[in-house]
Amino acid sequence: MYRRVVDSDLWFSFSRSPTVVVAAAVATIMMMAALFAPLIAPQDPFDLTSLSILDAHIPPAWMAADDHRFLLGSDDQGRDVLSAILYGSRISIGVGLASVALALVLGVSLGLLAGYVGGRLDALIMRTAEIQLSFPTILIALLLNGVMRSILPADLQDQLAIPVLIVAIGISGWVQYARTVRGTTLVEKNKEYVQAARLIGIHPLMIMLRHILPNTMGPVLVIATIHLAVAIITEATLSFLGVGVPPTEPSLGTLIRIGNDFLFSGEWWITMFPGAALAILVLAVNLLGDWLRDAFNPKLR
Amino acid sequence: MALLEVDRLRVEFPTRRRALVAVDDISLTIEAGEVLGVVGESGAGKSVTGAAIIGLIEPPGRVAGGEIRFDGRRIDHLSDEEKRRIRGKEIGSVFQDPLTSLNPLFTVGQQLVETILAHSDRSADDARRHALRLLEDVGIPAAAHRIDSYPHEFSGGMRQRVVIALAVCAGPRLIIADEPTTALDVSIQAQIIALLKRLCRDQGTAIMLITHDMGVIAETADRVAVMYAGRIVEVGRVRQILRAPTHPYTTGLMDSIPRLGHDDADLAQIDGAMPRLHEIPDGCAFHSRCPHAFDLCRRRRPVLQTTGEAAAACFLFDQERSDD
Amino acid sequence: MTDSSGPLIEVRDLVKTYDVSRPWLARVLERLPVQTLKAVDGVKFTIRRGETFSLVGESGCGKSSVARLVVGLDRPTRGSVLFDGMDLAGLRRRSDIAPIRRRMQMIFQDPYASLNPRWRVEDIVAEPIDAFGLVANRSERSGKVAESLRQVGLSPEDARKFPHEFSGGQRQRISIARALAANPDFLVCDEPTSALDVSVQAQILNLMKDLQQRFGLTYLFISHDLSVVYHVSSRIGVMYLGRLCEISAAKDLFRRPQHPYTRLLLDTIPDVEMTGRERVSVPGEVPDPIDPPPGCSFHPRCPFANERCRQEDPTPVQRGRGMVACHAVEEGRLPPFKRSDLGQ
Repeated sequence: MYRRVVDSDLWFSFSRSPTVVVAAAVATIMMMAALFAPLIAPQDPFDLTSLSILDAHIPPAWMAADDHRFLLGSDDQGRDVLSAILYGSRISIGVGLASVALALVLGVSLGLLAGYVGGRLDALIMRTAEIQLSFPTILIALLLNGVMRSILPADLQDQLAIPVLIVAIGISGWVQYARTVRGTTLVEKNKEYVQAARLIGIHPLMIMLRHILPNTMGPVLVIATIHLAVAIITEATLSFLGVGVPPTEPSLGTLIRIGNDFLFSGEWWITMFPGAALAILVLAVNLLGDWLRDAFNPKLR
Repeated sequence: MALLEVDRLRVEFPTRRRALVAVDDISLTIEAGEVLGVVGESGAGKSVTGAAIIGLIEPPGRVAGGEIRFDGRRIDHLSDEEKRRIRGKEIGSVFQDPLTSLNPLFTVGQQLVETILAHSDRSADDARRHALRLLEDVGIPAAAHRIDSYPHEFSGGMRQRVVIALAVCAGPRLIIADEPTTALDVSIQAQIIALLKRLCRDQGTAIMLITHDMGVIAETADRVAVMYAGRIVEVGRVRQILRAPTHPYTTGLMDSIPRLGHDDADLAQIDGAMPRLHEIPDGCAFHSRCPHAFDLCRRRRPVLQTTGEAAAACFLFDQERSDD
Repeated sequence: MTDSSGPLIEVRDLVKTYDVSRPWLARVLERLPVQTLKAVDGVKFTIRRGETFSLVGESGCGKSSVARLVVGLDRPTRGSVLFDGMDLAGLRRRSDIAPIRRRMQMIFQDPYASLNPRWRVEDIVAEPIDAFGLVANRSERSGKVAESLRQVGLSPEDARKFPHEFSGGQRQRISIARALAANPDFLVCDEPTSALDVSVQAQILNLMKDLQQRFGLTYLFISHDLSVVYHVSSRIGVMYLGRLCEISAAKDLFRRPQHPYTRLLLDTIPDVEMTGRERVSVPGEVPDPIDPPPGCSFHPRCPFANERCRQEDPTPVQRGRGMVACHAVEEGRLPPFKRSDLGQ
């Protein structure tokens, strides 16, 4: 297994591009930090008992006059900004990954069906996709989010805020997957190995899953990586607008929104550090996605 | 002096492990007005040889050794600009897929006129008259009308005729034709071959005809070079090589062609397949498939030995091998 | 219900039309009519047990469409295909169809597209074995795969590899091994060697002949290459623009071709033996199948065409052991065929 990875063209192209290696390292570190936030964060920002309003508005350690407990400063409730970022990116990345998974499953299934079955089902799915594409993604996510929240009873709204957000972002992103997978399916379904499988009476569902699906996974992986960056940004935007995760469990977007109120009173660290964390995370993931796309498409090299 | 001289040409494609040698030390000549067939199986290096002559090796591939001389002048180390000037004006080219040689956005007339103007000092009107004459010459029916059509409005066979018109419009002295009939149906193939032969005869143009099809060689070429794994294994007059091949590879190749009138018996076959570029064995590249291979073939690489009008690279015919 | 003396395959008045119109919206907006292409037009032949029947013709003549109809990859617009007396299209229940499917297999043209690049050879060859439930357990399965690979001249160790590790000729062997794995009676071979180099082509043709003798296989062989067809066939059908113009025993077809199109094809075979015979260059090209000429579809290129050929469809008539559809042959106004280099 190890040999196969090291011998592969993908690894070769990876090890030859320093930017990508750095991006991969940054993304991995940030994801690990988010995953192990409870272990490494100096403070549990959700534990209200550990917060003290006396600690509020303390600047970053190197700027503070006497109190050096907060490396990146503290916010208006006395929360450690670094801990808030670690926990916040946990929610951001979690929501991002879950929405990507949802969009991927939805888009890949619909794309496979549209491409393989064709005819009216194809027309129905692809026209729906085109209509959805004519609206900005964020608008669709806002709309879905709003509709689902208004359906839910008030007491469940905060509890279910994160699942609702995931569904909203997931559904707003399936089109890309569906289009790509449909394209590949149209090509693969006319290849002779699929004909050969049809000939011996293999069920269409099995042909789609066992023959065509594995051959579409390259481009899907590329889209998923780029989509992860988009999903994280979308989540942040929704949370910034105040319709995302509740302030009791702040994501990076929520933190930016909270800090935004203090920007003009000179307490820049409350919003700037979460903002920088978001930017670095998204940039790293985007760079990885771009590299993957080029690596899978040798003509661009 | 020959019109084209290729001397110990070597073309390499660097990969991350090592350089693959696609053309390995080949030499050949083409006289003015002569048709040289270059025949071989896919991957034998015949197309790369053609591309090297017109200076169209795609990077990272490169000419790694040897010389190409056209009309006595070395052309392999010229700048891209100088190579471009030679292409079209001195050396024309015809490829397998006519669509890739034609620009879909311009009419065939515009493309012909543009090429003629680029390589001569004719006036625009004169160039168009010349273009029309060329289209008639290559057998496009109703040429006066079709000259303003776009490439997609032509059938495959007609498109290949247009490509040939384009290749000859500047009056080149050599045409590199790479599988010009492979994409066409048999009845159309015959038409295109007849056309190439006539042009060659009428205008004294030399042709390097690259193909995998022995039938096309038999009907068109004066001499033929047989390539295997990037090397020339046998070269000589077509009649001699097709009727009485000496190299075991050529013999096997000729015997494996199914023919009309030869009944029932199994076809002779060469076992195995041509080695891929990264696994070409030492010594003679053919030794692992050769029924006559002996110890020397595995150790030393044979060079072309001339006997009469033909030359073969095989120790079976190498008089000096006893000196080894 | 099977009649072992009858033909294995009987193709009855097969017609296949494809809708080649623009998409509905574009068609309505641009006021274009519905366009259909008659890929197969009234084709009719039988294949006897153990023989090789070939269909030959230029690209677009419908020979591959016939192959797809015969194995049931496409449904005929009209007409039917009987396999051992049974019409596959008339069967509805999976349990009725599967035994017939097992008995007919297909070998495709492109050895690079006919094997799933992500599957190991073992799984590729075993797919029909699994589909028809031919083995009870995994060790029987690998035994059967190894046997199939050995039959086509590959080694059982090759089962663990992926398709990209093989050359074109070896891949075609894998395709054949896969087709053989279900112990079929009938193989449809659609241009099985036209993507291969000539020395490898000889290997595959010899292998196919050998397998035919060992297992008593019946072949439907599709090719554009007359020399190959001559080498492998017992009987040959020549197609032009969706129709059969001539059927004949292989040797007869090459010595005494009847239809003018068959003669044209024979004349265009390259002269590898350098007998000095000029390859005859016939003017004209295959017409657009969406808008075929009236009457006999070959008349625009036929040197013997007259007024009747331009208006009236020729009907196939029995001629010796074969069939030919040509007014000129019927009226006896064709000159005898002369070619010096074919032994009599």
